[in-house]
Amino acid sequence: MVGLHKSEFKNPVINWIDTRMPVFTMMQKEYGSFPTPRNFNYFWNFGALAMVNLVLMIATGVFLAMNYAPNSMLAFDSVERIMRDVNWGWLIRYAHMNGASMFFIVVYVHLFRGLYYGSYKAPRELLWMLGVVILLLMMATAFMGYVLPWGQMSYWGATVITNLFSAIPLVGKSIVTWLWGGFAVDNPTLNRFFSLHYLLPFVIVGVVFLHVVALHITGSNNPLGIEVKTPQDTIPFHPYYTIKDSVGICVFFIVLAALVFFAPNFFASPDNYIQANPLQTPAEIVPEWYFLPFYAILRSVPNKLGGVMMMFGSIAVLFVLPWLDTSPVRSARFRPIYRQLFWLLVISVFALGAVGAHRPQGIWVVIGRLATLYYFLHFLVILPVLGKLERPLPLPESISRPVLGGGKMPGGATAKPMEKA
Amino acid sequence: MRGLKRLSLSVAAAACAAMLAPAAFAQSGDKPEAKAPAHEISTVDIPVPPLPHIDWSFSGPFGTYDRASAQRGFLIYQQVCSNCHSMDQLYYRNLEGIGLSEDQIKAIAASVQVPGGVNDQGQPIERPGKPSDHFKAPFPNEQAARAANGGALPPDQSVLELAREGGADYLYAILTGYADPPPGVKLMSGMNYNTYFPGHQIAMPQPLQEGSVQYTDGVKPTLDQEAKDVVTFLTWAANPEMEERKQTGVRVILFLIFLTGVTYAVKRRVWSDLH
Repeated sequence: MVGLHKSEFKNPVINWIDTRMPVFTMMQKEYGSFPTPRNFNYFWNFGALAMVNLVLMIATGVFLAMNYAPNSMLAFDSVERIMRDVNWGWLIRYAHMNGASMFFIVVYVHLFRGLYYGSYKAPRELLWMLGVVILLLMMATAFMGYVLPWGQMSYWGATVITNLFSAIPLVGKSIVTWLWGGFAVDNPTLNRFFSLHYLLPFVIVGVVFLHVVALHITGSNNPLGIEVKTPQDTIPFHPYYTIKDSVGICVFFIVLAALVFFAPNFFASPDNYIQANPLQTPAEIVPEWYFLPFYAILRSVPNKLGGVMMMFGSIAVLFVLPWLDTSPVRSARFRPIYRQLFWLLVISVFALGAVGAHRPQGIWVVIGRLATLYYFLHFLVILPVLGKLERPLPLPESISRPVLGGGKMPGGATAKPMEKA
Repeated sequence: MRGLKRLSLSVAAAACAAMLAPAAFAQSGDKPEAKAPAHEISTVDIPVPPLPHIDWSFSGPFGTYDRASAQRGFLIYQQVCSNCHSMDQLYYRNLEGIGLSEDQIKAIAASVQVPGGVNDQGQPIERPGKPSDHFKAPFPNEQAARAANGGALPPDQSVLELAREGGADYLYAILTGYADPPPGVKLMSGMNYNTYFPGHQIAMPQPLQEGSVQYTDGVKPTLDQEAKDVVTFLTWAANPEMEERKQTGVRVILFLIFLTGVTYAVKRRVWSDLH
């Protein structure tokens, strides 16, 4: 629709801008009066926390890039120079380094929140899939960022992960050479990883924007997993959720500060404080903790190509999850069996994390394979079947009246039709 | 995984470098602690005991570096370590951090000759060091370092404390962990037995003994004391920002706790009209 916007803002300057470009009206609509379910618990903080974390990473990263030298001869020393000679350089670097770990903690909680409360179900499938895209972009960004300090684990981690592509039949080796820009991980690899590590966060910002657009079309899910029905079910985003998110953001910064100031290398590998040496393989090549479950899946398959496919498949199943889960009921609160299997999934992912940190021998191989098996069984077999078999608990009538409808509901497998589609 | 491992994992023998990751690795390590011959008891199989836990002056959220200890540690570095180990990331000016005066630093820097560019004839010249110079390395390059050390490369000590699982405790354990090899163990030539070294065969001969250095402040140079002093110095060298970091951290966290309390109170108030 062409034409000036009829702005309701009193301030003449804001009104003048808003008339020509209604960004203030948009902000007011999307973050001010935006109707939001009134029953969020603190797990709904984690989307906002991820947003704050992304801003933190970009802000610290921009300043690091001012002092970092993306050259294999200089990179390691330039990072040490940041730690020693750049004003507050240690703070910026440790915040960036631990910010990456916090980012994955926050996003994993956000993701499992979605799994528990069925946030991926219709009509939020696209919202969920955009989230998975963000996760993939984050993984790529984090992986390339970890290469930049050019320590031993940077170098050998890059070698192992890029080598995964050599499992692709016929063209695998050529692809790896193309990725490296040479015949081994070397200066050209470092240069392009730096370039992409700077680019991808802004791609993430773009997809986060789409994620939020999609969210504001469907509206948020909520702990009961039932649709908003009456205006009494919602409250305006501001001030109720701006202040509630602020509480979470404060706690987030306490945890981040505890890491940065008192245990800055808690998640770090000592080997990465040794400069990269192509002639000396570290005793153990272990990825950053947030990749360990995927690394464990990779190593649980005796065949290299199979392992790589399973590893990527573990993310791919998340893409199609909205169609794998056949239950019309969203929230695990009303799905007695799913609720238990959800925790089994959490346990198996933690188990995979532990497996990824250990040499694949003895009991770790067994645990790794069982956990991998359960991971795929959960998504590919159990969720499709469970939706047909499980008898969900009776759903509350509405968010504002969380009391059950006086026992009128038969509590059968036929959930209220409104929850479907 | 420095922190995570410290919680759970006993240090595995590092010498078996056979990588289990599926990717192909072109080279295997050329570490000095290569495997023992098969007919002997392999030192790799001897378990590594848990590290001793030292109560360092810099431990804990309020820890600071014991300046006197760090200065004694620097003395040991000068007289013992620096014969083989470089410390490339440090400048002489950094020594202010362990409490040395400007004049002391100038004198220490001036005691070494460093490359001073070229003269009018284009010939490279040397000049006395200045506080703005890097610590002088004992060897011009890796080959020279290996040639002088039986093929082994003494690692740079700038961030050694951060580069080893166990950090300061590990460095202390290595320095005090030299012992006679258990019966039946034959060491490779040029190797020394160390209780705490992964694989137990270390190329570095025992660097510190009782009385290795003469302290000027009356402290008795026992092996234990020397090891603690030099590890304090090395920890400072790897983490020169630590005191500022922890002190800032205490203030930041106290502020954040206050802010969280206020924010939570406001939240309660905002939400009170809903209930």
